[in-house]
Amino acid sequence: MLFFLETVISGLMAGVMYSLVALGFVLIFKASGIFNFAQGVFALFAGLALYDFIAEDGWFYDLFGFALPVWLGIIATMGVMVIVAWLVERLVLRHLVNQEPIILFMSTIGLAYFLEGVGDILFGSDVKPLDIGLPQGASDYLLDNYNLYVEKLEVVAAVVAAVLVIVLAIFFQKTRIGRALRAVADDHQAALSVGISLRTIWVIVWSVSGFVALVAGIMWGSKSGIQFSLSLIALKALPVLILGGFTSVPGAIIGGLIIGVGEKVAEVYAGPFVGGAIENWFAYMLALVFLLIRPQGLFGEKIIERV
Amino acid sequence: MFYREAGQFKTSYKADQAIFTITQDKFFVGAFLIIAFGVVPFFIDDYWANAILIHVLVYALAGLGLNILTGYCGQVSLGTGGFMAVGAYASYKLTTSFPELNFIIVLLLSGGVTACVGMFFGLPSLRIKGFYLAVATLAAQFFLVWLFNKVGWFFNYSPTGMIVSPPREVFGFLITGPEASPAVRYLFCLSVVTVFALAAKNIVRGRIGRSWMAIRDMDIAAELIGIRPLEAKLSAFAVSSFYVGVAGALYFNVWLGTAEPTEAFDIFQSFFVLFIVIIGGLGSILGSFLGAAFMVLVPITLKTIMVDGMGFAVGAAKHVEVMLLGSLIIFFLIVEPHGLARLWQILKEKLRRWPFPY
Repeated sequence: MLFFLETVISGLMAGVMYSLVALGFVLIFKASGIFNFAQGVFALFAGLALYDFIAEDGWFYDLFGFALPVWLGIIATMGVMVIVAWLVERLVLRHLVNQEPIILFMSTIGLAYFLEGVGDILFGSDVKPLDIGLPQGASDYLLDNYNLYVEKLEVVAAVVAAVLVIVLAIFFQKTRIGRALRAVADDHQAALSVGISLRTIWVIVWSVSGFVALVAGIMWGSKSGIQFSLSLIALKALPVLILGGFTSVPGAIIGGLIIGVGEKVAEVYAGPFVGGAIENWFAYMLALVFLLIRPQGLFGEKIIERV
Repeated sequence: MFYREAGQFKTSYKADQAIFTITQDKFFVGAFLIIAFGVVPFFIDDYWANAILIHVLVYALAGLGLNILTGYCGQVSLGTGGFMAVGAYASYKLTTSFPELNFIIVLLLSGGVTACVGMFFGLPSLRIKGFYLAVATLAAQFFLVWLFNKVGWFFNYSPTGMIVSPPREVFGFLITGPEASPAVRYLFCLSVVTVFALAAKNIVRGRIGRSWMAIRDMDIAAELIGIRPLEAKLSAFAVSSFYVGVAGALYFNVWLGTAEPTEAFDIFQSFFVLFIVIIGGLGSILGSFLGAAFMVLVPITLKTIMVDGMGFAVGAAKHVEVMLLGSLIIFFLIVEPHGLARLWQILKEKLRRWPFPY
């Protein structure tokens, strides 16, 4: 029983990590209808940039002789992500307005290739251990009292994800920009006609998803170091997305939790019978089964088709 | 001046429906085929065959397959790598279990096996659409690769988990294995691809191709005019997977010779073929060839220029190559979202009026 509980908890925590990536997808898809495959590379890029701002062997240290403190590094990285968002809008999206979704999707894969290349050239491609002072190791309290093994870092990730969702919810519901974002998500043309600038909104929403990517990059980077494989977590986030629905923020979180738990439980209890390593495809199969019952995902908007 | 169809009258419906209606096109394609079949094999060497020509041909065939599904029927698939693996492993099992079976039959059978698998994974398409379907096909990709990795029967329990193509002959010529000459392998690939391209061109012009296009343009409307979505979508999945399976069999047997699922058929294969289709042009047979040539030749050219011409280190060149490839893809999407095939069409239009455009 204890073992089962541990499996479920570690699944939940892994699910939170997936949700962090999936959130970025949802934000962009909601606001611009673009399926941004580059989200994983965004996380990698943000992690690499942050490392170089705050580490002793980053190029910021080489240039100025000192490394930034962590909080300043995060702000600086955020600045980098805003610039990236602005460039993406300026150089790519602006020219692809009104194209078919598949073309936009392809352009984000192109963007992913590009950012990956740039990241490698600027920051090098070796594994970098990111340490911004987040707690590591097992939680002593739970281990001593309940004999339960839970990673501290994953608890932090869960808390951060919760805060992030609350902040995003407030941002979307209460602020002026948030209302504009929701208007754009609803209908581009109607939003334009009441005087909302699509371009500004796009820059903002890509920046926000850059911020989410930064958070994801910090969490994953603290967990397993910043490395190329970080860009592949986008593939982990995809089943989460279709399970939760492309357009739902809570869907991304709950989808992540379901996928995380399902994956871990399946790996531990069913894996040994079929030769193991089923984590890779189980999530997709799970999502596929859900989709057959609800084609728009758990919380997606109902798809209404008219001729 | 030279490319003008003035004075070429068609006097029958048959002439009107021909694949190449303009005489110049006929000459051009004929000359191209004569050079490809009659001249190139005499000059081909190992590098050209392996790195460029067979490479392009195999991916063109895979691109054709995906184009049937995505370009003509509108169902986005990211499972191409997995389906190529099915073709490769089916051909491996068939040719090792029945060594005396003609290799052409092996190819067709492995295509058939892939078609069945493709239809199975195409079933969700009846309920799921768009990006949801694209992600759902990823299930096929990951599941199939995992299957070929884990179940020993598929790789004949070889201790390394690799499959190695045994030497096989077609009409007395050795076409697989390390002993096969590049010219023969090239000719074999070229013949297969030519036949399949011709077949594809005719399928998409016929009744079944039209029903695919109707489904692509709007599936509810298509249903209303009497097209069965089940039939149309599953047949598209079957034909497409057949092509992809044959491409996978060629990829493994004729081109690589050895394969290992996690490397040779990973998710990036799927993306690569999707790029070929989109850069080449969705819904265009010619586009599959142009796209394959583009996606194969550009990285090779970039690498040659940077490593040999400018003295970059191989590692750095790789990064720059990835970066340039990404920006080229974006550039082409912005310049012409309908792909290289459309650019070719525009060029032909311009050529008709040259040198006196109005």
